[in-house]
Amino acid sequence: MTSFLPSTDEDLAACVRDAVATGRKLRIKGQGSKIGWGLPVTADQEVSTAAFSGISDYEPAELVLTAGAGTSMAVIEQALAEKQQQLAFEPADWAPLWGGQAGAGTIGGVLACNLSGPRRFQAGAARDHFLGFTAVNGRGEIYKGGGRVVKNVTGYDLPKLLAGSFGTLSIMTEVTVKVLPRAEKQRTVLLFGETAAAANRSMIAAIGSTYDIGGACHLPLALAQKSQVDFVANAGAAVTALRLEGSGPSVAHRCAALRQMLGGQSEELHSMRSIAFWQEVRDVVPLRAPQERVLWRVSLPPAQGAALVAALPPDLAADWLMDWGGGLIWIAVAADKPVERIAVLRASAVALGGHATLMRATDQVRRDLGVITPAALEPLMRRVKESFDPAGLFNPGRLTAGW
Amino acid sequence: MLMPEPDAAILARRPQLLAGLRRLVDEAAVIADPDALRAYESDGLTAYRQPPMIAVLPKNTAEVAAVLRLCHEHGVKVVPRGAGTSLSGGALPLADGIILGLGRFNRILEMDYDNRCAVVQPGVPNLAISHAAAERGFYYAPDPSSQIACSIGGNIAENSGGVHCLKYGLTTNNVLGLEIVLMDGEILRIGGKHLDAHGYDLMGVLTGSEGLLGVVTEVTVRLLRKPETARALLAGFTSAEAGGKCVADVIAAGIIPAGMEMMDKPATRAVEEFVHAGYPLDAEALLIAELDGPEVEVDHLLERVRTIAEANGATSIRVSTSEQERLLLWAGRKAAFPAIGRISPDYYCMDGTIPRRKLPLVLQRMSEMSLRYGLGVANVFHAGDGNLHPLIMYDANKPGELHAAEAFGADILRLCVEVGGVLTGEHGVGVEKRDLMPAMFSETDLKQQMRLKCAFDPEQLLNPGKVFPTLHRCAELGAMHIHSGQLPHPELPRF
Repeated sequence: MTSFLPSTDEDLAACVRDAVATGRKLRIKGQGSKIGWGLPVTADQEVSTAAFSGISDYEPAELVLTAGAGTSMAVIEQALAEKQQQLAFEPADWAPLWGGQAGAGTIGGVLACNLSGPRRFQAGAARDHFLGFTAVNGRGEIYKGGGRVVKNVTGYDLPKLLAGSFGTLSIMTEVTVKVLPRAEKQRTVLLFGETAAAANRSMIAAIGSTYDIGGACHLPLALAQKSQVDFVANAGAAVTALRLEGSGPSVAHRCAALRQMLGGQSEELHSMRSIAFWQEVRDVVPLRAPQERVLWRVSLPPAQGAALVAALPPDLAADWLMDWGGGLIWIAVAADKPVERIAVLRASAVALGGHATLMRATDQVRRDLGVITPAALEPLMRRVKESFDPAGLFNPGRLTAGW
Repeated sequence: MLMPEPDAAILARRPQLLAGLRRLVDEAAVIADPDALRAYESDGLTAYRQPPMIAVLPKNTAEVAAVLRLCHEHGVKVVPRGAGTSLSGGALPLADGIILGLGRFNRILEMDYDNRCAVVQPGVPNLAISHAAAERGFYYAPDPSSQIACSIGGNIAENSGGVHCLKYGLTTNNVLGLEIVLMDGEILRIGGKHLDAHGYDLMGVLTGSEGLLGVVTEVTVRLLRKPETARALLAGFTSAEAGGKCVADVIAAGIIPAGMEMMDKPATRAVEEFVHAGYPLDAEALLIAELDGPEVEVDHLLERVRTIAEANGATSIRVSTSEQERLLLWAGRKAAFPAIGRISPDYYCMDGTIPRRKLPLVLQRMSEMSLRYGLGVANVFHAGDGNLHPLIMYDANKPGELHAAEAFGADILRLCVEVGGVLTGEHGVGVEKRDLMPAMFSETDLKQQMRLKCAFDPEQLLNPGKVFPTLHRCAELGAMHIHSGQLPHPELPRF
């Protein structure tokens, strides 16, 4: 497959117009760090956004940053860290889930996959911080959507649509995101030995309190033991973790008050340990290996988290991690099970009012099951796709088989 | 303001349409009497008036679907309407269209505190959700100034903001699920009580689509726990530069206040005369910052904000020491619009957003325009996020003044775009800013947005004449693969 590395919007547009004329299908990628996510794409040519690189505008006090879509996340995060700011949606680094290198990825890729980490339920997903873009559509036209200020309702909110579109609607060349101050301090309250049901209840109570929780997860014993954070790994019990962020006096006060509210035995992680722990949760480190295992990501009404794990069939030998206070469950299951057994999880998720995404599986299993929950919305989504990319050139089949 | 030319053939078939609608909904839910229709002729943008051909008030989703299906079959345009508080004319009727009023969708269906959400019908007023949630100490965060009246369905259509949206987000950041009906009557459910369904973010694009893509019939919103406490700080500055610098320094110090509002001297004077909040009348710029959270956090951050204000040369600083005083400090800002209404027969509220560092330049240029147009202007400003609300004062009874006010407003919005901002931060485009869209978007940009509209409503029957300055047929926009170059439903009679 030939690869094309345009460095101007005009070159990219010309490439797309040529693809329209010749009917060539295009695989779009930034650094390819999340290429294992979604259905396998069959294309005639690869187009990389890597040359659309560099931060063109960053005004910390305006809370906006504009950069080429191919700018690596390492560059973005470095620039933000220098000004004590961050992307509040906590973009995850999932490349190692598919055997890739840690630390890879571009800002365009993060937005196109609508990544978000443990802070999602409090601070929003990538979609909530995506303000504007320049892109080339499937007609080879350069256009822009959204704006470059934090508050804007002018025209349709196209950034929302491109967030999570996996490069199937347009090829972004430049993006503007909302950035926010990084919390001065963070602490994590740890509870030990809770059952999944008890942990789900503790997390719901904590998030529903006035203590402004910015992270709520539960690791069963087997996963807690894999942590690099000593207090977690050596606990000898399942671990429930609740993160508090903010100014020093506020964090100290909320931490003490939360521990009192929850009662029982609890511990605290401070600063570096807390940061290291949440990075593991964000990147799903405890479920990375073994690589062959099938990995599901299930989003649910948060109070249903425990019900989902209670319904896991024993024959799947599942390992799981509960995040977002119960609203997000990562599940790894044995790879040697027949697809109809693996598919059981999706049915459970739907029955509980959520949906399941197949994050990691062989090409065959992904083709058999599809990666996203089949929805009544598919005909409308297809019309939306056609309104941007009428000839179906971009990443054909990445989200949904056939288009 | 030019609206699409009424279709004489449609108007001629009004009796048959009325009969058709009366078969679908209760007799009383079809309004045809000219006097009764006048209630729907305008929304919050009262400069434009147009009675609809018919108004229909369905009571459930099935009726909405049936009404839309009928209108779709007969090529009749539909304008959805919530509480009619839009400031941009989003619910302005069409002479040959029906108004689809959602006022009877007024029930809160479920308060689910474990999942921190509420399921409500679209006609429920914004504030009613927070009132219902108060029993358990929760609330719904977006708080547009009209929140006592505006409906949550209208908030979805407009992606409404409010004074707290810098910290808590706009409507779009606080919606979890929607039930919508497409123009052809198809009912779809999007999202739910969970987050981030994979596949295209249809909810994200429906929010803020100004009633052009679908009719919202049910909404699931996120509830938040109400902060323990809130306190406000009032600071006066000798220039807009100093006030603006203070705001930038607060944010650069890593503090995101729950609200951060600025007023210029004319606005301060008008509100002080009206509500006597004790605002300093010598200040060129007045800043109100509100911090919320646990008491220890609020006290700590307020002190830091005070230090920053002092460093920026604040000439007066006042910090609320009681809930009563906090409300008093806000009373002036919240009364800004009526206060201007007291000193001017009419005023016209604009809504651009600018990069905040451009504030001194924009205010300077605005006072030059004020002289040129001979109309006064007072400014209130959501300072945290750069959302500017200039209030242009005029007298509609003086010939030419309304026109001058509109021209002045358009110049301000073009200026916002010129300095890197946008035409509207929270009020929507509607009919008001429709013809200014080319100042911000190229023809290609707009055509892409219009093609998206075609994916939802290929016949362009839902709220046409809003948002986009020019109407193009979907086939003309290049969506031939949908219709194979044919008019939609060529077999149907057209009237």
